[in-house]
Amino acid sequence: MGVVDRINAASRRVPVWTVYLLGALWPAWLLYLAATGSMGVEPVKALEHELGRLALQALIAGLLVTPVRTITGLNLMRFRRAIGVLTFYFVSTHLLVWLILDVQILSEIWKDILKRPYITVGMAAFVLLLPLAMTSNNWSVRKLGPKWRKLHRLVYPAALLGGAHFVMVGKTWEFDALVYLSLILALLGWRVVQAYKPGKSRRRVTKDASRVAS
Amino acid sequence: MAYKNVLKYSDVTPRADYLNRRQLMGGAAGLAAGMALGPALGASKYSTDLKPNPLEDIASYNNFYEFGSAKGDPANNAHMLTIDPWSVEIDGMVDRPGSYGLEDILTKVTQEERIYRFRCVETWSMVVPWVGFELNQLLDLAGVQGAAKYVAFQTLYRPEEMPGQRSVSLEWPYREGLRLDEAMHPLTIMATGIYDEPMPKQNGAPLRLVVPWKYGYKSIKSIVRVTLTDKEPQTTWNMLQPNEYGFYSNVNPEVSHPRWSQAYEKPIGGGLFAKRQETLMFNGYADEVASLYDGMDLVVNH
Ligand code: HEM
Repeated sequence: MGVVDRINAASRRVPVWTVYLLGALWPAWLLYLAATGSMGVEPVKALEHELGRLALQALIAGLLVTPVRTITGLNLMRFRRAIGVLTFYFVSTHLLVWLILDVQILSEIWKDILKRPYITVGMAAFVLLLPLAMTSNNWSVRKLGPKWRKLHRLVYPAALLGGAHFVMVGKTWEFDALVYLSLILALLGWRVVQAYKPGKSRRRVTKDASRVAS
Repeated sequence: MAYKNVLKYSDVTPRADYLNRRQLMGGAAGLAAGMALGPALGASKYSTDLKPNPLEDIASYNNFYEFGSAKGDPANNAHMLTIDPWSVEIDGMVDRPGSYGLEDILTKVTQEERIYRFRCVETWSMVVPWVGFELNQLLDLAGVQGAAKYVAFQTLYRPEEMPGQRSVSLEWPYREGLRLDEAMHPLTIMATGIYDEPMPKQNGAPLRLVVPWKYGYKSIKSIVRVTLTDKEPQTTWNMLQPNEYGFYSNVNPEVSHPRWSQAYEKPIGGGLFAKRQETLMFNGYADEVASLYDGMDLVVNH
């Protein structure tokens, strides 16, 4: 048995709920750190930044599942829904910190969403992820049928906007943000290349793309 | 911690010459422990009554892109900077241009404590007990000529010691500028310390500008050059984004920045649930400085 097979076998013994549990507790742990002074003298911004990065990391992890399987044979498809749901959860906590702890004032919140381009873009990413989170259950998958796959391709523009949002947050070009955005562009680019690969039937292409999106 | 190890003026300056400073900074000199500020000089009439932030806040949450763009980068990296010896090149429209050694400057100026509100354009704020001298004293040393209208400042450029300067995030060296009347205003100081410590390196050791009614980036750090000129000087953030960072950059709740509404600010140090509070015109210094801008459109000249 090769290394990949062994990891695949081992991963099948990991119950998916452990991923949910770990993911659910992570922001709580960050909140604890922020509340107890381990995040420096401005814990609100620090928390906002940590949760923003976590959200983007989860988003990227979700986009990695298919290429990793295609390229290496490593199959983490079982965990992908959990990763997707957690992505939305992380983005939501990021948004809540911004609303409640950072900006605080309702009129200012509206103005920021409309007038600050980096907030507008982040908010657009959040809005795109909303229907995905709401349909991440077996009932919706059954009910929507092929439309479900189509719908979940919204994760591509959401990822693009999330990455762009991070780049735009910086007052100057930030190396980290550019790395994240490049990763996202590479992962989306890979899908475009796959879709136009010669020798693949049209059917196979759609199937691939939709699996990616789900 | 880094700021404990920086140059002590008692090490390099004859005792009589730093007396003034020592009275202010009893602890720092390692002498005259317990000598209080109050009895020696009395509080400056320019100081605020607000409670200063602890040194930990002031020296751990910094924007000093020469050492990196994250708030903790300056505190982590600034130890690399060497500040001894230090001199300031004063040139342009002055009677006595030249290189002025910092020790020498400090023998000729009067230092005092100034507790100022400090407001960053990113909407956070602090209260900082600076120690320093009025910039007008330094300018008088060099003798400002009648035709001069502006003062330009430059930060040290030394990429070996300032890792942020190896990236192209901003155009180096960092540049700032003031109109001459702003520079001569008694609120405008050159600071050399905070509390009874020499200036922490991450806060702009050994010599930095503090202009309390303007956004923090105007208060340029680790200054090596001061130039008197008759043209509005280039300023670093303005060069990057002219629509975001104007030459004046006066704190103004009514002029919204493209990135941040400036109507409210967040005092640092209140923890997770710190409340935002309303921004004050000219950061609370309107009585002292509003007249400098009589008749000017503060939206156009933001
Ligand atoms: C898919 C959605 C989103 C993702 C992936 C995301 C990700 C990020 C990341 C990575 C950062 C930078 C963290 C750092 O500098 O270390 C950030 C900062 C930030 N995000 Fe988001 N974000 C999203 C949505 C939103 C939304 C909906 C809002 C608010 C409406 C928002 C508001 C902010 C703010 C205010 C900052 C910090 C800006 C500052 O430093 O002043 N984000 N976000």
